[in-house]
Amino acid sequence: MIKSLHKRKSELANSNRQLEILSNSIFQSGELPTFKHKISETGQFPLKAKKLEILQINVGYMCNQVCTHCHVDAGPDRKEIMTRETMNQCLDVIKKTGAHTLDLTGGAPEMNPNFRWFVEEASKAGIKDFIVRSNLTIITANKKYHDLPEFFKKHNVHVVSSMPHWTKGKTDKQRGDGVFNASIEALKMLNAVGYGMPDSNLRLDLVYNPSGAFLPGNQKSLEKDFKKSLLEEFNIQFHNLFAITNLPISRFLDYLIASENYEDYMYSLVEAYNPSAVKNVMCTNTLSISWDGFLFDCDFNQMLELPVNSKAKHISDYNEDLLEGRDIVISQHCYGCTAGAGSSCQGSVI
Amino acid sequence: MQKTYYDPADLKKFGKISEWNEELGAKFFEYYGKVFEEGALTEREKSLIALAVAHTIQCPYCIDAYTGDGLQRGITKEEMMEALHVAAAIRGGASLVHGVQMMNKVNKLDM
Repeated sequence: MIKSLHKRKSELANSNRQLEILSNSIFQSGELPTFKHKISETGQFPLKAKKLEILQINVGYMCNQVCTHCHVDAGPDRKEIMTRETMNQCLDVIKKTGAHTLDLTGGAPEMNPNFRWFVEEASKAGIKDFIVRSNLTIITANKKYHDLPEFFKKHNVHVVSSMPHWTKGKTDKQRGDGVFNASIEALKMLNAVGYGMPDSNLRLDLVYNPSGAFLPGNQKSLEKDFKKSLLEEFNIQFHNLFAITNLPISRFLDYLIASENYEDYMYSLVEAYNPSAVKNVMCTNTLSISWDGFLFDCDFNQMLELPVNSKAKHISDYNEDLLEGRDIVISQHCYGCTAGAGSSCQGSVI
Repeated sequence: MQKTYYDPADLKKFGKISEWNEELGAKFFEYYGKVFEEGALTEREKSLIALAVAHTIQCPYCIDAYTGDGLQRGITKEEMMEALHVAAAIRGGASLVHGVQMMNKVNKLDM
């Protein structure tokens, strides 16, 4: 298993270094337009936050996997975990938010020792869509997690899980040896309690990230291929597939640079820029909360340590009215969300 | 003087072909787009056919384009290589089948 950039003390563990790379060379020379310049062409700068719809909470960077593309740089060696005190502050916000979706992410959120308590408490708030982003393998990783499908069902959690391909080779290459088989087993366990079945209200969606330096294809076509293969080969069912573009930050940026694909990838993103995707980018209706309670426009800005441009910077001084209409903080990584049909934690935006 | 006949950057300029003949260029790209839409064959199947043909006609632009297109569609390297072997088999077979002509000629002339 590879180590996180943080553990390796890689220069890319430093968010400032990542931002420098994203602003220098091809963007500094003017060879490619900056994201600010690009959205200005269509009068979309500054990007403004609309009414909050999705509250995304990152409960910690600890994970049982070390995926090569991970924008969180998560792994077993990451110790940043949301405390019960911060969770309580989040619960206060969850109870009063106007957001229709609560989205728990990580790392592997289930590894936070207070995860189950938090889910139980948060589910009482009656938020319409309660998502937990589960990496699947956590369900089979240890006996203590085997009942997660039942636990999710009890609290009517919407499970969203990563699955980069329907074949072992491509999946294990991105997510680590043995991940494919463990994921298949976990999906079967979720199906067994009713998740992902055609008429079931227990939502099970999969997330597809390209396993290399290329953009995702058409979400609907990929979904069709995933459904066909998983059903025919493993008798597995799920509801929707979200195709998400890999953003050039953290471990994916490290991969792009090491494989000498960085410039070509940035060219692909800029060439695929779609102005219609800009108006629906997730940062305009989402708020991301970090493990230590700070507020960000999205999970990617959280990892780049680009805080919200608002007086309310922490969950302790949360104010939805104050946050609405704020200018979204942008850099060149934002091209990842505006390429082609656009990309968000809920997949394509067009 | 340009040192190579092919420049990868030229692929991105393909659309400029229309600049010197807008009518025919537009008709070609409209046809091209229509051909690759899902029909009796899926877009995925068409992408694999395009990849195999690209190797048969040895077009570096097309190889680049349809390898990337295949990856985006989730086509595996095993599927890509099988498609190429179909192309290679037909191409090789096309040479070899002419051997019948050679054999006919030899059989006619040789004692």
